[in-house]
Amino acid sequence: MTNVMSAPTTSRKDWATDQEVRWCPGCGDYSILAAMQFLLPELGVQRENTVFVSGIGCAARFPYYMNTYGMHSIHGRAPAIATGLAISRPDLDVWVVSGDGDALSIGGNHLLHALRRNVNITILMFNNQIYGLTKGQFSPTSEVGKITKSSPFGSLDRPFNPLSVAIGAEATFVARTHDMDRKHMMETFRRAHDHQGAAFVEIFQNCNVFNDGAFEHLTGRDQRAEMLIPLRHGEPIRFGADNQRGVVMGRDGTLELVDVASVGESALLIHDETRPDPGLAFLLSRLSGGVDRPTPIGVFRDVEVPDYGTLMASQLEEVRRRKGEGDLAALLRSGITWEVDGRSPTAAPGEG
Amino acid sequence: MGRRDFRPFLAPAEDFRSVNSNVGDPSEEQNVSSTLERPPRRTARLDQVVVRFAGDSGDGMQVTGDRFTTGSALFGNDLATLPNFPAEIRAPAGTLAGVSAFQVHIADHDITTPGDNPTVLVAMNPAALRANVGDLASGGTVILNSDAFDERALDKAGYASDPRSDGSMAAFAVYEVKMTSLTLEAVKPVGAKPRDAERSKNFFALGLISWLFSRPIEPTLAWIAERYAARPGVVEANTLAFKAGWNFGETAELFESAYEVPASKLDPGTYTNVTGNTALAWGLIAASVRSGLPLFLGSYPITPASDLLHELAKHKQFGVRTFQAEDEIAGAGAALGAAFGGSLAVTTTSGPGVDLKSETIGLAVSLELPLIVVDVQRGGPSTGLPTKTEQADLLHAMYGRHGEAPVPIIAAKTPAHCFEAAIEAARLAVTYRTPVFLLTDGYLANGSEPWRLPDVESLPVIQPDLAVAPNHVGPDGEEEFWPYLRDETTLARPWAVPGTAGLEHRIGGLEKSDGAGDVSYDPANHERMVRLRAAKIAGIAEAIPSLEVDDPDGAGLLMLGWGSTYGTIVAAARSLRAQGLRVARAHLMHLNPFPANLGEVLGRYAKVLIPEVNLGQLSRLVRAEYLIDAVSLTKVQGTPFKVSEIEEAAMLLLKEIEQ
Repeated sequence: MTNVMSAPTTSRKDWATDQEVRWCPGCGDYSILAAMQFLLPELGVQRENTVFVSGIGCAARFPYYMNTYGMHSIHGRAPAIATGLAISRPDLDVWVVSGDGDALSIGGNHLLHALRRNVNITILMFNNQIYGLTKGQFSPTSEVGKITKSSPFGSLDRPFNPLSVAIGAEATFVARTHDMDRKHMMETFRRAHDHQGAAFVEIFQNCNVFNDGAFEHLTGRDQRAEMLIPLRHGEPIRFGADNQRGVVMGRDGTLELVDVASVGESALLIHDETRPDPGLAFLLSRLSGGVDRPTPIGVFRDVEVPDYGTLMASQLEEVRRRKGEGDLAALLRSGITWEVDGRSPTAAPGEG
Repeated sequence: MGRRDFRPFLAPAEDFRSVNSNVGDPSEEQNVSSTLERPPRRTARLDQVVVRFAGDSGDGMQVTGDRFTTGSALFGNDLATLPNFPAEIRAPAGTLAGVSAFQVHIADHDITTPGDNPTVLVAMNPAALRANVGDLASGGTVILNSDAFDERALDKAGYASDPRSDGSMAAFAVYEVKMTSLTLEAVKPVGAKPRDAERSKNFFALGLISWLFSRPIEPTLAWIAERYAARPGVVEANTLAFKAGWNFGETAELFESAYEVPASKLDPGTYTNVTGNTALAWGLIAASVRSGLPLFLGSYPITPASDLLHELAKHKQFGVRTFQAEDEIAGAGAALGAAFGGSLAVTTTSGPGVDLKSETIGLAVSLELPLIVVDVQRGGPSTGLPTKTEQADLLHAMYGRHGEAPVPIIAAKTPAHCFEAAIEAARLAVTYRTPVFLLTDGYLANGSEPWRLPDVESLPVIQPDLAVAPNHVGPDGEEEFWPYLRDETTLARPWAVPGTAGLEHRIGGLEKSDGAGDVSYDPANHERMVRLRAAKIAGIAEAIPSLEVDDPDGAGLLMLGWGSTYGTIVAAARSLRAQGLRVARAHLMHLNPFPANLGEVLGRYAKVLIPEVNLGQLSRLVRAEYLIDAVSLTKVQGTPFKVSEIEEAAMLLLKEIEQ
């Protein structure tokens, strides 16, 4: 998506609809919506050229609250529907708003293929590790052993790591942010929007009704410094209140968390979003997991690869250049044709 | 086997004209390529013939049949074809399961079916003979590749004794030709390994049959040169085999004479030969051109619909975007997304794909966006008979969604008619902002017929009539856009595409308030919207042509059909009338809603017969809608009806009327 840098011509209220927002009071979705409505005026984009497409779930109500074009579709199918829209209308900014169940369970296949093809869409996946709209079943990102209505003795499912999935599909833009930090969300959404191709953003989002505090150990104000590892392109990967900790490549090929003092700053891994090979970004995604493990946040990967819609448009142009503009009468005569003159039953063969 | 007289062919049941087979009557020399020997030859005239080529699925029978068809089309015959092949790409060689066949009916007059029973069967091996000889018309001709009739092959085909000598083919004229060894001999100059050289034997068979029926040879030679241009050795081998087959017919004196099926007196114009899938793809392109909307296809490969994707993928110069999706669901989803963006959106599939697309079609009903859903029906349920034809998805199209979700249904009746049906599907989808089902089937998709090309300028113009301005004034005096404010006549909602400033709006699968289109759970509003959506589709009856009835004699019996039974029903009606019987017939292109006069038409007849390749689906709809005692004639064998089957059923009813 292109970012037109100019003075904002719209304000937050231009992007809000008159519809009453119906998420539960205290839901993390409110802050994500606010971040988006604050950001869009800054991007200098137009409402009529912006489309939000969603599937089903709490997050999927998002389009109703954005004063743009929007479609609230069916469970899991938003990436497929957005693909059709984005590749037939490369002039539009197409956003997909999804949740962990929508994107990774029922819609897992569509997500993988939208990422693989590098369709020019920006996918925001609100991860609250629970099914909210259906009132509290474990989701494909819930931890093993989770007690819910559908798993009274504990969930047996091994969870997906959403970023590992996205990077495994070789998504060209992969990032993570969380609902407690509007500034970080806005910056991450901006980067995702600026990326030409498929962008995947996981947002840690609190469901205060069915899975309250799922990310508190990471995103709580007192925890963030020690538990979130900010990724900054071109810089050594460090974290901690005093930047005292860092990430190094271990001898067995995995990443390790270390005290900077013990290894020296020069040993730290330098973050490079633009590595064509997704391997290192995948390793970074594997640092997450468990309540006591710090997790990286920010842009994991941002590589330039031609997007699907642009490739398709170029192919159409190329064929038009070679064959000329389509001519319907000529198409109908493109096979073997023959004339019948109505007088004699003899027909003469001819090529059209 | 000794030489036998080449006996006259029987006319297929569809036509009761006498067979004009003046055997022994010398006629003019044919214009044969100068490279071939041209001794004086004798030809006899036939007014029609039905040839079936049968062999292993690797034997190239579809190519052979297709080339014979093209040669006949160029010659000016009317024709109809019936390809019949197994689902497996290469089933075990020599087995009944692996037999692939191609039947073509050529005539010097208007015909509408590929023929009930072949009059000539070309069998490349015992399995091909065994699988097909039962269909051969009594007195018909068998030309078989005698090289393939060894003990092992006979055994594989399940023959306990050699059918050539056990008397089981006494009713037929049997010609044994050593096709394999003659081919190997002919292509020797190419120097290919025997295994490769043998592959040209289908061209030997084609050459022989081309001689037998006096087909022009130049188009086939030109086609061989073009088709295999990348492999000069193959061009040479196939050309040599083809000529050897031709010369064999000319010189072997096996056959009493060659035959000629004169050109048919078709209406003046430019003709081409099309399959249903090609005609349908071209119809979609035509609809795009005539509506000014860019064509978008979201599809997933499936037999027998994949050729639609293949054909449309070739024509990007029309701005056609073809998207081969990750699954059937995404094919439909992407198409619906493109429809939201202002494309003429299409998804193509067969029955199993419709199952998966149903959810998206339901969304399209709720969103009220144009979406063409093409279902090339095949035998079901489940994977069923992927390469065989059936008409059993009508009720699926009609009712296969949760909730009250009506959609218009259109069915094509012949291969060429798929063109017109595609344009009509697009017209209804765009005009009424609705998903539309377009039903064809495996028989139409792969079958072909000559098609008189329409004048492009005479094709219907489709008006997208996109919304460009607000359509409502709010309580505060501000102009607004209401996405569900309907056209008073059509009840269609406005179609505002992204990029249009001031018309930003949100649509979704949740129930919407009448007019404004906001999410609404109001019970009365839901009932109003359900009834409005139903009324919109029902109202299409006012915008489609009345059902025409072909009833020259004031009959008491009406034969009512839909889809690919058209040709067979027409042929049955002709045959019955030729016997002095009075019968009427009508064919439905629109199945939901029905034409407005259908009830009145049905009421005029004492008996209504509805032949369908299913267990009576149209019959069920008609009985429910019009409370008439329609008689259902059904068949589900993966093949079209035979003319005789419909005739017999009609005769029974005619007798009942008399009593």
